[in-house]
Amino acid sequence: MTSGQEMNIEIAKHDDAVVASPVGEIDLARSPSLRNHLAEIFAEKPARLIIDLAQVPYMDSSGVATLVEALQLSRSKGCTLILAGMQDRVHSVFEIARLDTVFTIVADAATAIQDGS
Amino acid sequence: MTDAPSLIRVELLSQPELLAPVRAMLTSLSERLGFDDVETGHLALAVDEALANVIRHGYEGAADGRIWLSASVRETPTRRLHIEIEDQGRQVDPDQINPRDLDDVRPGGLGVHLMREVTDTCEFERRTPTGMRLVLEKSIPTARPSGRYDKSTGTPENGSP
Repeated sequence: MTSGQEMNIEIAKHDDAVVASPVGEIDLARSPSLRNHLAEIFAEKPARLIIDLAQVPYMDSSGVATLVEALQLSRSKGCTLILAGMQDRVHSVFEIARLDTVFTIVADAATAIQDGS
Repeated sequence: MTDAPSLIRVELLSQPELLAPVRAMLTSLSERLGFDDVETGHLALAVDEALANVIRHGYEGAADGRIWLSASVRETPTRRLHIEIEDQGRQVDPDQINPRDLDDVRPGGLGVHLMREVTDTCEFERRTPTGMRLVLEKSIPTARPSGRYDKSTGTPENGSP
């Protein structure tokens, strides 16, 4: 039980945007897998990456750190990173960490896709 | 140090995969003690961050470290959920455990800040002879189900742990 857990993540493409939808809780066991998935997506150099968190009921600081890392990577690669569909408990973590104003956060993935079209 | 019987006392190994079942246990207990949805989420977060710190820093990723978690209700001076997390890992000076500057946006280093923000008490101390002890406390809301968790402990059969 020590090799970490695979994070199930659904990926879809909409024009210039990639929508990545992790499914399940993101904690210390799963954030390494999420980091690997996001690195693979960045390797494809998308213009926009929308991370849809609608199916993520819980996230700890390791998950937040993974997304901060993704934000830094997106800026270095000229990619626009958007977080969408955050549940209240997850949004609360971003508020406490004072990251809710650092990220672009929208209500849902459909809004994020529409905003960029 | 304990002045009330534990409602829960568990021993777990320092493996990230065990965080989810511990969160589930704490979530259920918190809900039944009368914490609302947000507070319950915060309590699960605080314990998760504490255990993750032990795994990452106390045992430096080793999977065979032992961690003990206990939860009790303390009545004075206010009714509160009292959680202790103990380990045998690397010791650090409690005065050196501080949240980092949040204006410095970078990955990592948020765990202590989160724990302190969502609890009423978050105190680290060195155990003897090894490891660390963390005490987390959060006041229990006054409007809650009563009588479910009182000071009685033990099994129905013999009344002992």
